[in-house]
Amino acid sequence: RDFNERCIQCSEVNWGLTDGGRFYCRSCHNVTERTREVVNTDFISNTRIQTISKGLRKQEKTDGGCEWYVCEGFQLVLKKQAEALEALGVCPQMKDEILCNFWRRYLQKSKQAYCNRPAGETVKALSVCDSSTDVDSEPERPSLLHLLSLSESEGDLQTDCSFASSTSKVSENTSVCSGSVDGSLYLMKNQKEKLRMTMPMTLSFCYMALLWLREPMTLSDLLRFVVEGHIPYLNVFQHFPEKMKLCGLDLKIFCVESWPVYEEVYNKMIELAAFLDLPRFPDITDSCFLHPDMLCMKYLMEANLPDELHNWTCRVVKKICIGEADFLTLVPGNKSTRNVKYDVLAAAVIVVVLKLLFLLDDHYEWLLSDFAEERNKSNKEGGSYFEFKKWYKVIKCALDVEQKKLDEERAKYLWRCEKPLFYSAKKKSKVLKRRQMVVNLQNQFGKLSGSVRPAEKPNPSSFQLSWSEENRDGSCFHGHSLKGILQEKCGLLTAVNPDYWLCTVKLCTEKLCGHLAHYREVDFPQSYHFVLRLFSFLLRIQPSYIHDEVCVIEHKLFNKKLCKKPKYNTGLRK
Amino acid sequence: SSHEHKLNFKKSKEVCLSYIQDAMLQKQWKRAAEFLTFYIESLEKDFSTEYMGPSEMIWRIGTEILCHHSHSSMKEFNSFIEQMKTLGVKRYLKVCLEHAFHLLCNGLIDEAYQNLSLAESWRFGEQTAIQDKEMKLIQAYRGLLDYYSWSKQKTILLEHGQDGFEDLSVEQEMHSCFRKAAVNLREIIKIPGVWDLFVKCYVDLLEFYGDHNEARQVLNEYAYNSKFPANPNAHVYLYQFLKRHGESKKSLISALKILHDIVPSHELMIDFNTMLQKSKKRKKRRLGLEVIFAALDYAGWKENVKAWGCLARQVKQIVISEKHLDWIKQEWNSRKDWWPAFHFSRYLAKRNWQENESLSYEKALVAGILLGKDCKYFKYVSHQGCKAQVKRFRILKKFVNKHNPAYLRISG
Repeated sequence: RDFNERCIQCSEVNWGLTDGGRFYCRSCHNVTERTREVVNTDFISNTRIQTISKGLRKQEKTDGGCEWYVCEGFQLVLKKQAEALEALGVCPQMKDEILCNFWRRYLQKSKQAYCNRPAGETVKALSVCDSSTDVDSEPERPSLLHLLSLSESEGDLQTDCSFASSTSKVSENTSVCSGSVDGSLYLMKNQKEKLRMTMPMTLSFCYMALLWLREPMTLSDLLRFVVEGHIPYLNVFQHFPEKMKLCGLDLKIFCVESWPVYEEVYNKMIELAAFLDLPRFPDITDSCFLHPDMLCMKYLMEANLPDELHNWTCRVVKKICIGEADFLTLVPGNKSTRNVKYDVLAAAVIVVVLKLLFLLDDHYEWLLSDFAEERNKSNKEGGSYFEFKKWYKVIKCALDVEQKKLDEERAKYLWRCEKPLFYSAKKKSKVLKRRQMVVNLQNQFGKLSGSVRPAEKPNPSSFQLSWSEENRDGSCFHGHSLKGILQEKCGLLTAVNPDYWLCTVKLCTEKLCGHLAHYREVDFPQSYHFVLRLFSFLLRIQPSYIHDEVCVIEHKLFNKKLCKKPKYNTGLRK
Repeated sequence: SSHEHKLNFKKSKEVCLSYIQDAMLQKQWKRAAEFLTFYIESLEKDFSTEYMGPSEMIWRIGTEILCHHSHSSMKEFNSFIEQMKTLGVKRYLKVCLEHAFHLLCNGLIDEAYQNLSLAESWRFGEQTAIQDKEMKLIQAYRGLLDYYSWSKQKTILLEHGQDGFEDLSVEQEMHSCFRKAAVNLREIIKIPGVWDLFVKCYVDLLEFYGDHNEARQVLNEYAYNSKFPANPNAHVYLYQFLKRHGESKKSLISALKILHDIVPSHELMIDFNTMLQKSKKRKKRRLGLEVIFAALDYAGWKENVKAWGCLARQVKQIVISEKHLDWIKQEWNSRKDWWPAFHFSRYLAKRNWQENESLSYEKALVAGILLGKDCKYFKYVSHQGCKAQVKRFRILKKFVNKHNPAYLRISG
């Protein structure tokens, strides 16, 4: 189809493909020597490098392994992660289109593939034109290296780039230090400009794809699924094919020994989006899951707070204009706008609303609660008034239980897997012996543990805490009314609470210290800390992140008042 | 802590360890075993740079758990320890030694012996030299077990001897055990340290085979070599040895002198005082008084009739002779503030009289001299004694009344 040469025999341009993958002229049935290199759009599923020209690459090493490049490894990782996300309900488009396009673009930009001459790489010489002699190639399985031969405009199979390798061949030494061909080179290079790929960055890729598709999964959800084991990350190299042997420096690249950190993954994603020269992402509108109105609803439910609070979160969102598509949508490379962390933002909005209505100064909220309790006693029929005290007790109980479970899970976290890792062949036997001993000891003490260890992972769910109104014990607060703490003024509902305290009078400069505010538990009321703690648990991030966001929102909300000479006491109330 | 969301391998294992420790402190062995299961994989990251690395942790924790857990058996323990031995070559002998202790505590003496013998034959390059101390200990304990065998065979022989049997093979084995034991025991007691058990056994062997000189030398070394830590038992052993061999009073006294300095409350102080009292030398008798007063400073001696008897006898003797009352005065000076409440309260008078008449007799005598005939203790006891018409109390009463001036001189 893309082959536009004229047939030698009949000068027609009417080509078809033989079974052997060769072009033949439909008019005169002349079979050419040209084989069709198929670019399979799901090239991601193929990770074996194949040579087009013979002999320059060993297919099999003595130990049954094949040669592989680091970026192939990452490609596999991304594929596995995308499959896992698909299994969690993300649309298949993510894996088949979005992620692989992002990845391709990345390879191009970082000059690892899809370009004329990968800079500074020691790359094998390839010649597509010599394919006439190449009988062993399997045309239906194009390789990554083959794709290196394509020019930047993809699909242009004609462009023959038999590019010479910049330096002749990969030295034998590199393969000793790592199973991959370019492991040592990979780590040695100064990759500042080129954004070297790392394991946490695979999650940045995933999140970026999710964001592009506006999938209902926040970054904190994604990271939680990773930690819970629903998305391959920790020992993902287990899924590499047998032939891809890992050793030496590959371990530094592919083995993780720590959980991904929200900030790191997020910042990398922003960097990546700019690096890839991506255009403005699809708009986040108010019907999107990631829109603060939606997320607030979700978090309010999860936090077992009254549905009525949603009106208030929407009001705050509207007032400070954080519900606008322009604010919420990611525009890569735009340094002037502050990038939005949707989950943190939503949580912070809720915190601000709670402060607006309940003050949370360790005094007023309990007062309001007592009033509500009184009213509830005398008002048996109809809906209950929301009592902060009751809510606090229920949530604290649940939170403590869940936190304790989480702490124990962390202590029981297993980092190693069946597949052994070793830095060099010399250490292999030692490593295997150790592994065997570890397994023996685990069995021995496992038997003494008494209870059977549940081997299954918990089912992935979007909600960590759930509350049902069917519970007779009154532990669900969704339907409770805020009547006791609201009043009508000029046709508008406002809070009975007239006061507010700012978390910080002045925001820090992010550039100087990396934060907008500095949170210390002792400096703030305990109720405030409790609320932060709740969302900190749900999102699995430090309370200070949420606190930062709260400060920003407050400064937007009270911007006018702050700019004016303060008539109100905006300091902290004790 | 709970708010730390960053987690890496190292931190995760630290947290795991703290759960293990908590469980162990609360004796929840199942829970400790459970968490240990998750800790074990840190062996795969054992870089041995820390002071106490994962392999040592696992050895110690695993041992504790297996010792206490209701479902664990000796067999399991043994297989666990064998694995621990392969884990760290630097610790090999220590693990062997502790394994042997554990076997001994469980009565598996033969197994312990085998383990120690096996460990003795271990060689591992320069490690052998580095772990020299552990090796000596292993040899010493094996020597101890040899002594134990020797001792058993000796008993058998003696029994057979009584029954008129002669058993050559047992005798030969006994002698070979002796040789093996002697070699190792001698070695270990050369090193400065506390080797009570080894010394005793070694001396026992030497005495049996008649090598008294060597035995005396060993005991002297053990007691008097300044390189060895101060050890009351060393002096006790020496004293007992000298006594067994009928040594002179002089040497016996010198052996006990240091014991008095180190442990004034030692039970041998009675013997000591008895010897000293009888001495012709004034200094010795003076010392005797000091010794017995010092012993009775201790609460454990409060109701010891013998001790009070010694003191009473000596005090009585001094009072009668009317010489050296100043000795009593000197000793009493530092005690007169607290001995009355400590020994001679009215409550004690009642109790002593009820529980132990002899005790109250001796104490009354001492009280009468030290505190005078009007003191609570003496008055009560002597009154009771006379009322009960016990003869000696009448005599006592007379005696104290007669020698009241002595009291006045002591107290004045």
